[in-house]
Parts: sequence; structure tokens; C-alpha cells
Amino acid sequence: MNDTPTDRTLRLGIDVGGTNTDAVVLDADDEPLAKTKTPTTEDITTGILNALDDVLEASGTTPGEISYVMLGTTHATNAIAERRGLNEVGVLRIGAPATESIRPLLEWPDDLAAAIGDNWAILDGGHEFDGRELNALDEAQVREHVREFLEAGVDAFAVTSVFSPVREDHEERVAEIVREEARAAGLGDADGDPLPISLSNEIGSVGLLERENATTMNAALTSVAAEAATAFVEAMDERGVEAALYFGQNDGTLMSVDYALEYPIFTVASGPSNSVRGAAYLSDVENGIVVDVGGTTTDVGAVTDGFPRESSVAVEIGEVKTNFRMPDLISIAVGGGSIVRPAGADGGEGVEAAGEDGGAARAAVDDATDDADAAEAADVADELAVPAVAVGPESVGYRLTEEARCFGGETTTATDVEVAAGAVDVGPVVPEIDDATIAGARATIRERVERAVDRMKTSAADVPVVVVGGGSILVPEDLAGASEVYTPDHYEVANAVGVAIAQVSGEVDRIYSLDEQSRDEAMADARRQATENAVAAGADPDTVEVVDVEEVPLSYLPGNAVRIKLKTAGELER
Amino acid sequence: MQITTDDVDDFATGATVLGTGGGGDPYVGKLMAEQAIEEHGPVELLDPADLDDDALVVPSAMLGAPTVMVEKLPRGTESLDAFRALEDRLGREADATMSIEAGGLNSTVPIAVAAALELPLVDADGMGRAFPEVQMVTLTMGGISATPMSIADEKGNSVTVETIDNDWAEQFARTTSIEMGGACMIATYAHTGAQLRDHAILRSMSLAREIGETLRTAGETDRDPVAALLELTGGYELFEGKVVDVERRTEGGFAVGVATIDGLDGSEGERLRLDFQNENLVARTDDGTVLASVPDLITVLDAETGEPITTEGLAYGHRVRVVGMPCAEQWRTDAGLELVGPRYFDYDVDYRPIEAIHGDAGDGETDDGGTSDSDSDSDTHTR
Repeated sequence: MNDTPTDRTLRLGIDVGGTNTDAVVLDADDEPLAKTKTPTTEDITTGILNALDDVLEASGTTPGEISYVMLGTTHATNAIAERRGLNEVGVLRIGAPATESIRPLLEWPDDLAAAIGDNWAILDGGHEFDGRELNALDEAQVREHVREFLEAGVDAFAVTSVFSPVREDHEERVAEIVREEARAAGLGDADGDPLPISLSNEIGSVGLLERENATTMNAALTSVAAEAATAFVEAMDERGVEAALYFGQNDGTLMSVDYALEYPIFTVASGPSNSVRGAAYLSDVENGIVVDVGGTTTDVGAVTDGFPRESSVAVEIGEVKTNFRMPDLISIAVGGGSIVRPAGADGGEGVEAAGEDGGAARAAVDDATDDADAAEAADVADELAVPAVAVGPESVGYRLTEEARCFGGETTTATDVEVAAGAVDVGPVVPEIDDATIAGARATIRERVERAVDRMKTSAADVPVVVVGGGSILVPEDLAGASEVYTPDHYEVANAVGVAIAQVSGEVDRIYSLDEQSRDEAMADARRQATENAVAAGADPDTVEVVDVEEVPLSYLPGNAVRIKLKTAGELER
Repeated sequence: MQITTDDVDDFATGATVLGTGGGGDPYVGKLMAEQAIEEHGPVELLDPADLDDDALVVPSAMLGAPTVMVEKLPRGTESLDAFRALEDRLGREADATMSIEAGGLNSTVPIAVAAALELPLVDADGMGRAFPEVQMVTLTMGGISATPMSIADEKGNSVTVETIDNDWAEQFARTTSIEMGGACMIATYAHTGAQLRDHAILRSMSLAREIGETLRTAGETDRDPVAALLELTGGYELFEGKVVDVERRTEGGFAVGVATIDGLDGSEGERLRLDFQNENLVARTDDGTVLASVPDLITVLDAETGEPITTEGLAYGHRVRVVGMPCAEQWRTDAGLELVGPRYFDYDVDYRPIEAIHGDAGDGETDDGGTSDSDSDSDTHTR
């Protein structure tokens, strides 16, 4: 390795969160050189530039030393949640006469369907589970609808053919027709796609509606992705960073900017994955539980062999069911800004106070859980002979620096409790809080975190717990169920570290008939395809390994059909 | 009652609970029902008491591999073809349709069929739950033949079969469904109103709807959804824990497997072995003690939300509560157990009614309080 300062050996990780944009510079050994937090701005480019300038200055490095920049963003997530900046999409389903009993977008919320234009058609074509043609593709019919949608002014197309995870031919052919018609209509130029076309076999697995939903959302998000990517690229250009640029995706791995432009749906909810990966890396804990304490909520996730454990249930995005890979998480309404209500501020009200419902904004957690939490706080208080103290679900959130008592405000927050206890030094004021309230608040937080950790565990044995995020101080070091509690260096920017150290991955999800080939041959084929996908995303072929395999025998079907889902990941090419 | 699009969610949730882990995901049936009601108007849910003795009831169902049924969705006109073929054979028109099973996909699909055919749906079914095979209905014990049975696909093909018994009907239906691409629609077990009252399981559709409503509203009223469900169905909580292993394989065309669940909270240190063949069939502890077995209903629910989880959705790390609920009395006869008892599914387990296994806690309430509304209702439900 060459150590002249002009060598490009550094990695820069940037995590754009709701409140703060965190940035971290890692050296050639992936050790953090500097970390910064700057406020997130409305204008994406400005926010990224601010973070970049701060972290370069703090690390004393120059743009020329940066070899890779990784960005974690919430742009796609927010665009769906707020129905903002979405493309109008021509939704083409290929499978008629099958599937007509449930039309595309049927179960979408009306405003979300309207935001993408509500243009859909179910056309002849598709395949059976065994690869036979279900119906011939009617090219004239496809052309007619493509023209109609182009005239209606759609910005993008989403194409979903029945059993395309088995046979993608019809989707590929429809994509060609869309390109031809779009060029004929004067869109684009001779090179590349004249407009974005999302094909379902590249997005999701078997399960037509969920795959179609994900594909349609992907098509709707390409403009938002292009905006974020342009801002990212421009910010780097403006400061002369000639590095390779990547986006974090929701399985905790990276994708190139080009890939993100095509598959923006995979950036949705990448934040929790980044924090799990960052926590695992900073603490050297490959298997355990990660507790990420934010301002309003705490996310508890699990790390398995260095990767986030994925959720097993259908994931809804913008109230629409999709079949995405998403990290398995429990969110609890405890954070640095959580409002603490000492039981009976004047002494005396005792246990009842814990169940009271404040009027402030509630965090996004279900009511039953809150009340169970409050009741539990009372139980815990009884057991420990400390006063019952309610913590959250209301939070001052990003207004911590105005409203918390340690900043001269009038609201007692979980952070104030720790400042008063002398555990941490935050803000100019040390609020007066009595010992009993401190003990009560701490008991409540401990109980809730312990319960969430226990729910994420896969066996009764104690496991390592890694605590990260700005509010880490809230989590006690002697947590029940933890073999050890780690609060690693740089815990507060674990998200940015997570995206900076992430690997690139490739996936495959297909049905194989084991009558035509052995299981080993089928596996080898899946491994080869997933590896190709990882290399296409930027992985060094020599480092690509299989990180996840799932086999599902297809019940009722003859021919020993099996569905193989396989994921590989590898280091970025240096 | 009239079934509108607003009711369909509750039917679907209840159907998943009664589906005991199998029966296919009612999500597809739910959306089919919603679109069909949007297009054709609400469906009349007909009480069995209001059915003429000689009315012709033709149950309808979707048949096939769950994986195919979530990918190659129906066209929506298959049931028209199947009914037309069967009505031609029988020489008369159907007066109503019915669900073959109260659990899973096939409890909600007939709502869509009823809407498309503009027929009433009888508030009854042939299982009171879900089972994997066509002959596993109480109608079989009543001597009602599955055939003539019509099988139709989305392309417009239909096949009508006539068989010597209901096992053969199952064979032909299964083979035909594979030729049709792994999923098809059937019209079968044609019977009269009088036969229905004698041999079907009555008012199971409204029970499904009530279960769905109970789980939905429990969340709104801070009630423990699982406790509310057990009160409604007369069931028992068997176990609470975390799924630590799910082993699956295909045997004779069925998704066969075992889920291992490690105890949490009340069940700490214990382990549950849950055997399934599409549906959950036997729940026993590590030392072999049977906590519940088929034909009683065993359902796995999400520990937090009370939402039912199918065997395909069961995965490592899932935090669950396992409940057992009594089956319809018809299944507890010798003939019933021969058709669907644990030994039919190759488990060396003697069936004991779930109330006999866990009876201590609940007996007092159910036996003594004969005057309350919920108790008098219970006679008309599947218990």
C-alpha cells in the first residue's frame, strides 16, 4: 500500500436522516478519521455539500484522497409517504385472460394510485409455473396500449408478466416494444432507454400482486432517484471528489448510482440496515442484537453473520403490500427526546400517573403497546420500590435543543434525566431531578429495552448487545439478556459508518425443476447468477460469497419444483 | 346480511384463523371478492334456515398450489364456466353457492363467485376450518357425492368428472388442475337445502366474520386480541414462544414440515413441536405430550398483534402465540376421525378433544353459564 497523502485511499459515508446528516471518513483500514453531524436541509445538494465540507475539514483530508462515497438517503421513502415527486406510470400486466379478477392498483390507497396516474392494462401473455406459455403475447395489443399511455403522458412503465420469475421473455419483449414506441413518439435518443421501464422479474419474486406493486413503485420513483443522484453527483463534482459513488440499499449492501437510478425501490428503508451493519462493524459483533437509540424511537434489530436479519412478514410501503427484503425490527417509543413524566410531580399520585396520556404528538407505535408499556412501568416500579415514571411515547424530537431542560427549556426529557444524574454532559444547564425520579425513569427505559431485546433473540441464551445512535446513554450497561453490552467508539454515527463499509450484493430468486437437473446443479446455477449480479453491482469477483440461501419446495406441483432464493455479497473493487 | 366490500377484510382475517395455517392465503380471495362486489354489487349471506328444502346448493372452490394461486390469479369467469357445465349435467340451475371450507382462500373465493353469478352465499361450509383434500368435508359423511364435479380454467376449458367415490374425485381434480397450470376453479358437492341443514357446518361464515371483527376491534379497545378470540371460539392458548426452526419438504404433493417453537414468557424453557401438512395438525411438547391435534384447530398468531400466520409465513425468529380451538362435533365421530383424524395423516396420536386436554380452566364457565348470549350462540357455531 502506498501512503502518500494524494493517494485515493479514503471512504466517505454520508447518512441523510430526518434531523441530521451524519458523515464519516474512513481510512484505508476502514478506521474512522473524522465524523460530523450537520442539520439536514430541504435542498439535497446543500445538505450533502455542508456535510462533505465539515467532515473533510475535521479529518484534514482533501477531496482527491476520497476513493468511494456512499450515501444513505430517505428520499424514496419520503416520496412514497408524502406522494411527492412520483412519476406517472403506465402499469402493464401481461397474463390475460388469467388475473383479471384482481386488477392492478386495486388495493392501493386512492391518493397514491392517483399520484401515479392510475393507468393500467391487463394484456394477453404470461407463462405457467412450468414455463409453458399461458397465452401468446399479442404484440399489436401491447403497442396499442403503450401508445395510449404515452399519449396520456406517462413518465415511466412498469411491466409485470405472470410467472416472469420463471420465464422473463414476455417482459423483455414488451420492454422492446415500449422503447420502439417511445422513440417513435419522439422521446429520448438512439442510445439507452427513452424512458424508464421497470421489469418485475428484476424487482421481486413469485407473488404477482406484491411483485407488481414493487415494480410499479420502482417505476414511480425513478425521477426522485434521479434528483437525489444528480444532487449527490453534483455535490461531489463541485468539490472535486472524483470517487466512485454508491447508494445504500435496504438489505445493508450498496448499489452503484447507475443501479440506483434503475432500482430506486431498493433504497427504501436503508437506514435501519445501515445502523445494524455499522454497529456490527464498530463492535466486531457478528451475531447479536443492535439497539439504535434515536430522538423519538429506538430501533431494535438483529445482526446475523454481520448482516441484518430480514423480516419474515409481508412489508407494507405507503400502505401497499410488497414482497421486499426488509430488516426485522422492533421500534419502541423511547429516545433521547422522550418526555419523562415523574409520577406525581407534587408527590402522591403514584402509579396512576404512569398510565396518563399526554397531549403531545405520539410516536408511530400502536396504542396497545403504549398502554402495556405504561402498565409495565407500574409493575416494574412496584418490584423495584421506585416511583412509577412514564417515558414517552411523546417526544420533543428535533426540538430537543429548545425544549429540553438541559437546554433551558421546560420539558423533562430522557436526556435531562441522564444529565441530572451526571452520566452525560449535554446542553448548558444541569436540571434538578430527584433521585427517585431518575431511578424510576431508568427502570422504565431498562424494562422496555430489555423486553424488545428479548423479543428479537432467537434463543434464551444471553447474546451480545450493541448500542448505537445519539441516545445511546439511555441504555444501561448491565442489560438483562445481554452477555455483554457494547457502546463502540463512533456509536453516534453508526449509520454513516454502516453505509461506508457496506458490501455490494447480488440476488437470484427462481423456480427450478429438479427432474431436469440435480439440486446441486440448480444451486450452482443460482450461485452463478447471483454472483454475476453482485459483480455487475461493483463487487470484486474474488471476494463474492453466498450470504443467504432459501429453498421452498412448491407444494402440489409435480416435477419436484423448488424455489431457490440466493444472495451473494462481496467487497467493493478497490 | 349483505356482504359489502367493507366486510371482506373481517371475513379474510377470520378465514386465516380458521385456516389453521393452511388453506391458502385469503388475501387473494379477499381482493377477488372486493373487485367482484364492486362490479356486481353486494352478496347476500343466506342463513341456512331460510333455504328451501329442495333448493340446489353448489359449493365452489379454487383448487391448486398456493404458490400458483398467488401468481396466476383467476380470470374471474372460471366459476361461470364450471357452474354452466355442472348445471347442464344436473338439468337444473343452482339456487345458491357455498364455501367448502371456512378457512383460508376458499372461504373468501365463493364470495367473489356469488357476486359474479349473482347467487346468494349460504352461511355454512363443509369443514368448519381448512383441510387439504376435497373429500374431507362433513358432506362426505352425509353420503353426498363430490361428483358430478366441474373443473374450469381461465382459458375457457372445463372438464366434468363422475367418479365412484369422493377419493377418486380428489384424484381427478388434482390431476386436472396441474394440466390447467396448477390452479383451477371447481363446482362440486351439489346438494339440497335439506341435506345442507343435516350435514354441513352451519353459520361458519358469520363466525369467520365475527373472528375478524373481534381481532380488529380488540386492538382498538386495548383488549388482548388472543383472549378475545379464545372467548369467542371456546379455545385455549397452548404456547407462547419464538420460532427457532422450520423444516419443510414436499411429500405426496403437500407442504409437509415441522416448526419448532421455543418458549417465552409463560412457556420459558419449554419447546413446542408443531407438525403441519399444509395445515397445522399436531402440537406437542418436547416430551411428546399432545397439546392439541387435528381435527381440532391449531392456529399460530403473531404474539403482538394477534394476526394469524400461515405455515408458509412461519419463519425463524417469529414471535408467536399458538392457540387450539374445538372443531365441529361432526368430526369427533368415528367416521369423522377416520376421514380427518391424526392417524389419517400418519401421526401415531390418539385424538382427544381439546376441552378434555385443557378442560380445567374453561369448563366452569361454559358448562354453568347456560343463560348468557354467547353460550346459546355456541350451539350454532362450529363447536
